[in-house]
Amino acid sequence: MNTVFIESVGLAAPGLPSWQEGRATLRGETALVPAPLSPHTPTMLPLNERRRATPTVRLAFRAAEDAMQGTALPAASLATVFASSDADLAIIHRICLALTATPRLISPTDFHNSVHNAAAGYWSIAAGARAASTTISAHSGSFAAGLVEACAQVLVDDCDVLLVAFDLPAPEPLHAKCAMAHPAAAAIVLTRRPTERSMAALTCNSTSATETTLDEAALEQLRLGNPAARALPLIQMLALQRFGSVVLPLGLAANLAVELRAP
Amino acid sequence: MNPLRISSYTVSSAVGAGRAAHVRALRAGTTGLDRLSFDTNTLDCWLGEVRDFDVPLTGALADWDCRNNRLAEFALSQDGFLDAVAACRARYGATRIGIFIGTSTSGVQHTELAYRARDAVTGTLPGWFDQRRTQNIFSVAAFVALRLGLSGAALSISTACSSSAKVFAAASRAIAAGVCDAAVVGGVDSLCLTTLYGFNSLQLISADICRPADAARLGISIGEAGGFALLDPLAEGSLALLGYGETSDAFHMSLPEPAGRGAIESMRAALARAHVAPGEVDYINLHGTGTIANDNTESRAVCEVFGNITPCSSTKGWTGHTLGAAGMAEAAISLMAIEQGIMPCSLNTRTKDPAIEAGILLETRVAPVARVLSNSFGFGGSNCSLLFGRLP
Repeated sequence: MNTVFIESVGLAAPGLPSWQEGRATLRGETALVPAPLSPHTPTMLPLNERRRATPTVRLAFRAAEDAMQGTALPAASLATVFASSDADLAIIHRICLALTATPRLISPTDFHNSVHNAAAGYWSIAAGARAASTTISAHSGSFAAGLVEACAQVLVDDCDVLLVAFDLPAPEPLHAKCAMAHPAAAAIVLTRRPTERSMAALTCNSTSATETTLDEAALEQLRLGNPAARALPLIQMLALQRFGSVVLPLGLAANLAVELRAP
Repeated sequence: MNPLRISSYTVSSAVGAGRAAHVRALRAGTTGLDRLSFDTNTLDCWLGEVRDFDVPLTGALADWDCRNNRLAEFALSQDGFLDAVAACRARYGATRIGIFIGTSTSGVQHTELAYRARDAVTGTLPGWFDQRRTQNIFSVAAFVALRLGLSGAALSISTACSSSAKVFAAASRAIAAGVCDAAVVGGVDSLCLTTLYGFNSLQLISADICRPADAARLGISIGEAGGFALLDPLAEGSLALLGYGETSDAFHMSLPEPAGRGAIESMRAALARAHVAPGEVDYINLHGTGTIANDNTESRAVCEVFGNITPCSSTKGWTGHTLGAAGMAEAAISLMAIEQGIMPCSLNTRTKDPAIEAGILLETRVAPVARVLSNSFGFGGSNCSLLFGRLP
């Protein structure tokens, strides 16, 4: 694929609460202390929607808002790609539990929040973003698959795109069936043309090479514990202001080689 | 955009298995909806259930067994689709064909069954429950890729009821950007209690049969469907995707924006990408769920873009609302409209709602059809319009 430009990054994971605060850790200057993320208030959302926003929506917002800190582009101008393996497993749990009871009473708010694109819907309302928005899943390859779709949107539909990857562990008993250790979210703003804020030029192509692992054991554990955290090798390169390539998992057979160059 | 040729397509819904069953039903005006029992459903409603597919998967892909993947398997087996993909694979190689599948709930019905079977003391879920290969949203795309022996870029798109319309847009972009040379797109959504009781909690399930645009309509009838299309720029067939439009309402999670701005812009974007004027569209396949809000808003949006002359109808009176599969099912019906020269009526519509000014077809029309626009709208304010046509 042709080149797109990374404008900004957002991050939310235990010990990496934001891009600004996580950079030193990703550069290896401070050790990772995987403290749980504090609750996030999505201040961009109108009060009515904010009241209904689930922890999953709030996590996606946390990384998306963080990425918007690094760009002058208005949120309303961006197309969006949301990438999540499982979106809201807590709601799936509540609904499946309610379906075993008599009478079967599902909360209407739970139901409309259960759609995989709930975070995307809330974001479009918060940002006043009326452009294209898609929400995808590719299990542990969700971030890379979302990156491919986001790059294709930039290149083919000629727009700037906000990519947001997010996943949250399920409550028990579902948790025992989904290997997800902690919540994590990562966001990237991609642009058609370089700007004064561009951090890197990016190209990506599928590869049979094996995925990049992280040297620091605690960071590697973080990477493996959540589909969105599979973005960390790429985000670490940006933290180190280093160019080169990383390989991210992409769905089934192939992986994705992501190459970063000077913008 | 360059028109993208569609070399093969298939659909299975409550109407029947494969294209011929759908063409027959569209001509005869016979609905696939019925008052059926499904699972342990106690709601008073009509359902669009696919017949004779619900048998366990066996062999190498037995681990992926769940209602949704069974429906995928059944739908893939119709209309020579497997052979068409095999020929395409021989031409481009397995790694160069992308897989883009829309679903709203994937195999969540399997999770419902697992919760019913959880341990009475510990609450743990049964050993047979494999979340990744069933309930996970990617499960259906992974299953389809494995079943077809394809290893190109694979993903599921899940944007509620626009999911499997948006796969056409994503696949078109992926081919244009060089991610893949050809693509299998599809939509698979199967009946489950989550959507039945979920839509019921929003008071959108009709006790009466789904009557799109009818003055006395009461809401949706839920259906299930599986369908697929093979997008191949070098194919020889004459059917093609001419354009797509995608927008967001930025208004409400489960209600359409009353003026239909998002719908207007998605229809206009599809026309603009194809360089087609509104007057060049012969028939519009509406989203037409049969709810008060959707049908009124969509009519206003259609009239804004096309006026009230272009013939249009929802075909959910035949299939029910197949949710994440609706975009694909209605893409298939749009392609049949072009191939057969038929514009299906708005089945079950007795008296058109006076508030609806769009050119709703109360009787099926037989006439040449060169271009069809198909609308799909979903929760979260997700809009997608697709334009299909015949190439020389």
